[in-house]
Amino acid sequence: MADPGTQDLRLDRREAVARLLQDRGELLVVSGLGSATYDCAAAGDDPRNFYLWGAMGGTAALALGLAQAQPNRPVAAITGDGDMLMGLGSLATIAAAAPANLSVIVLDNEVYGETGAQPTATARGVSLVEVARGCGIDALEDIRDMNALGTLAARMQRCEGPLFANIKIAAGEHPRVLPARDGAYLRSRFREAVLGTGP
Amino acid sequence: MSDTVLRPDAVAPEWADALYDVLVAQNIRQVAYVPDAGHSRLIARCEENPDMCATVLTTEEDGVALLAGAWLGGDRGVLLMQSSGVGNCVNMFTLIENCRLPLVAVITMRGEWGEFNPWQAQMGQATPDVLTRMGVQAHRVDDPDDAAPVLDAAIRQSFDGMLASAVLLSQRLIGRKAFTEEG
Repeated sequence: MADPGTQDLRLDRREAVARLLQDRGELLVVSGLGSATYDCAAAGDDPRNFYLWGAMGGTAALALGLAQAQPNRPVAAITGDGDMLMGLGSLATIAAAAPANLSVIVLDNEVYGETGAQPTATARGVSLVEVARGCGIDALEDIRDMNALGTLAARMQRCEGPLFANIKIAAGEHPRVLPARDGAYLRSRFREAVLGTGP
Repeated sequence: MSDTVLRPDAVAPEWADALYDVLVAQNIRQVAYVPDAGHSRLIARCEENPDMCATVLTTEEDGVALLAGAWLGGDRGVLLMQSSGVGNCVNMFTLIENCRLPLVAVITMRGEWGEFNPWQAQMGQATPDVLTRMGVQAHRVDDPDDAAPVLDAAIRQSFDGMLASAVLLSQRLIGRKAFTEEG
C-alpha cells in the first residue's frame, strides 16, 4: 500500500509529459491509448509521435520493434499503468532484447481513467518498478517530483538502456487533446518524418 | 507424403531452410516468435544470422505490435507462431488493419492431422476463419515444395500491397507431434 505521507506527492500528467518532450531532439514516441496519447498531443503534435488509440497492451512491444529498427535514435513508449499492466510480458521481452535506445515511461495514476477511474493493480501495491527490475531492466525509483523528470529526460537521450520509469501522477482528467486518429495517416506521416519516405 | 512424426531436435527439413532463404532474399530484418517445434529449424537459422534481429516473445500479440513498430522504423519483419497463438492476437490485429500496415505471419498448424492433444483442436480448427475475419489473408500450405513460393508471394503481397498475410504450414507438412516414443 502506498504510504499516506507520499501519496499526495504526485505530478500533473500534462506538465510531466511536456517536460519529457520539451527538448526531445531525435526522440521517437509511441503513446499508449487514452490519456497518454492526449498528453503527448497536448505537449505539441509531432509527426514523430505514433499515437495509439487502441491495441491495448501493445505500446511497449511496438516501441521495441521501432527501437530495433532505429537503433541510433532514442525511442520512448509513453503509456498508462493500465496499458502497461496488460502488456507486462513485454517488459520481459524488452529486457531479453536489451535495446539500448528504448525507454518505457509509465504515467501511473493507479486508475483506469478512461472507464470510470476503477483502481488498477498499482493502487493495491503492485510496483511496476519492481516488475521491471525483476525482468532485469534498469528502472528509476517511482518519480514524484519534476527535478527527477529532468534527469529522466536526459537519460532517455543517452541510449544506455533499456530504461524504465514510473511516474506517479495525480488522478483526475484534463480536457482531452485529441490528435488525429486515422491510423493510416499517422503511420504515413511517421514514416515520412523518420525515413523520408511515404507508405 | 508419409505420416511423419515431429521431434523438436529432428526438425531440419528442406522446406524450413527454403523458408529461411526466402526471408533473407526478401530482406526480412526482424523475426519475432513464440516457439513451436515445427519452427525450431527456422528459428535457429534466424537466431544465427547477425543481420537479423530475432526476438522471442512472451505472447503472440506482442509480435503483431512489435512488427508494426519495426515497419514504422523501416524494417520488414515476420511473426512465427503456432495456430494456438492466433487467438491471442485477435485484438492486436486491429492495429494492422486500422493503420494499413503490412504483416506476415508464418503459422504452424496444430489440432489437425492426427493431433495427439485435444486442447489444440479448437484453435487449430478456428485459425483460418479467425484470420480471415480479422483481415489477414490465410494461405495454407500442404506440400513442402509450396512452402517457399507461398511465403515469397505472401511477403511481396504484404509489403508491396500493404496487406496482412498468413502462411499456414499444415500439420501434415510439419509432422505430427510425438508425445511418446513411437515410429
